[in-house]
Amino acid sequence: MVELATAPAVSHAGFLGLGTYRPERVVPNSELVERIESSDEWIVERSGIRERRYAGADETVASMAAAAATAALTDANLTAGDIDLVILATFTHRYATPSAAAEVSALIGATNAAAVDVGAACAGFAYAVGLADGAVRAGTAKRVLVIGAEKISEVIDFDDRGTAFLFGDGAGAVVIGQTPEQGIGPTVWGADGSQMDAIIMNPDTFTAGKEKTNSVLTMQGQTVFRWAIGSMGDVCQRALVAAGVTADDICAFVPHQANMRITNSLVKNLGFPESVAIARDIENAGNTSAASIPLALDRLRQNGEVTSGDLVLLVGFGAGLAFAAQVARVP
Amino acid sequence: MSQEDVLAGLAIIVNEIAGIPAESVKMEKSFVDDLDVDSLSMVEVVMECEARFGVTIPDSEVKNLNTVADAVNYITANQQ
Repeated sequence: MVELATAPAVSHAGFLGLGTYRPERVVPNSELVERIESSDEWIVERSGIRERRYAGADETVASMAAAAATAALTDANLTAGDIDLVILATFTHRYATPSAAAEVSALIGATNAAAVDVGAACAGFAYAVGLADGAVRAGTAKRVLVIGAEKISEVIDFDDRGTAFLFGDGAGAVVIGQTPEQGIGPTVWGADGSQMDAIIMNPDTFTAGKEKTNSVLTMQGQTVFRWAIGSMGDVCQRALVAAGVTADDICAFVPHQANMRITNSLVKNLGFPESVAIARDIENAGNTSAASIPLALDRLRQNGEVTSGDLVLLVGFGAGLAFAAQVARVP
Repeated sequence: MSQEDVLAGLAIIVNEIAGIPAESVKMEKSFVDDLDVDSLSMVEVVMECEARFGVTIPDSEVKNLNTVADAVNYITANQQ
């Protein structure tokens, strides 16, 4: 029997660089409250959000992703030509096909790269990190650009009291490649499709196209909140155990920035020491789905709350329902 | 467990989660309107009630728990 060769495996993978892009236009709560008959105070109390960014009319998931990718490449001291795989996590790319990853590769000149989009909504970035870690160590790819990018402002129902104020736009990226020691813990992930209605586009894309109506994001807030605070604590705990670390080893907790109240509940549940920094980027960014983790991590780094080499705990969770968590080292 | 015990236990839970004084948690009070316990805090209250009273309170039921009495009656009726 002819044996198949395998690509040379490498022992360790980790983050080589991190970069982000935040659109210029700041949208404070006051701009949204009239249509939903609410108030700034209510929104802050409910979600912790004071303002968020919306992309300009001429900006897209791909253009924002390209900006974040370029920043990550610079941070990693690499060029686009060094990348052999682009994985882009999003749910707001304007085309069902071709992929946003392919579009971004062309924009930045990643001419040697394979390109694929990951559809895991708010868990997308953590899913993509897990996939990239595996790809690098198995020898499938050498340097992977993992990007989370969203233009959620395109699909918000501004009359929906439950969701109109939650979301924002932006992009974040990391370069993942071989590192001297392992920089990404095992990914703990899963999904529960029986709850697919909990967060879902309505109507679906094809129906919206035929009926010439807008497909908007809908969410059953209490159901999702209950799932997140009820299940993600255990997921995080398992990610720590899988990485062989404890809460005491973690410098920052970077959950998907879904809602400050979810973050607070998870922090209480996980019993982090006072020294652990908590990502609260949602206050100024809103919920940016797949972009939220890299954006939040970058803010912590810019604030000096984490530095190169620090261990952070990442957890993404959302539509699917789907979730993924892993420990990682700050590049 | 008697209704009085359930009410007392619920008052402690509401106090722990939402900071409302336990004495304010009376049967006729509305969680949202009178006690300022919003729908997200209600989820946390419900989850804590499940743990402490050994009941199951599905999402579909949570929407019906508008007053303290609604919650006390449901828990009392559904204890295992």
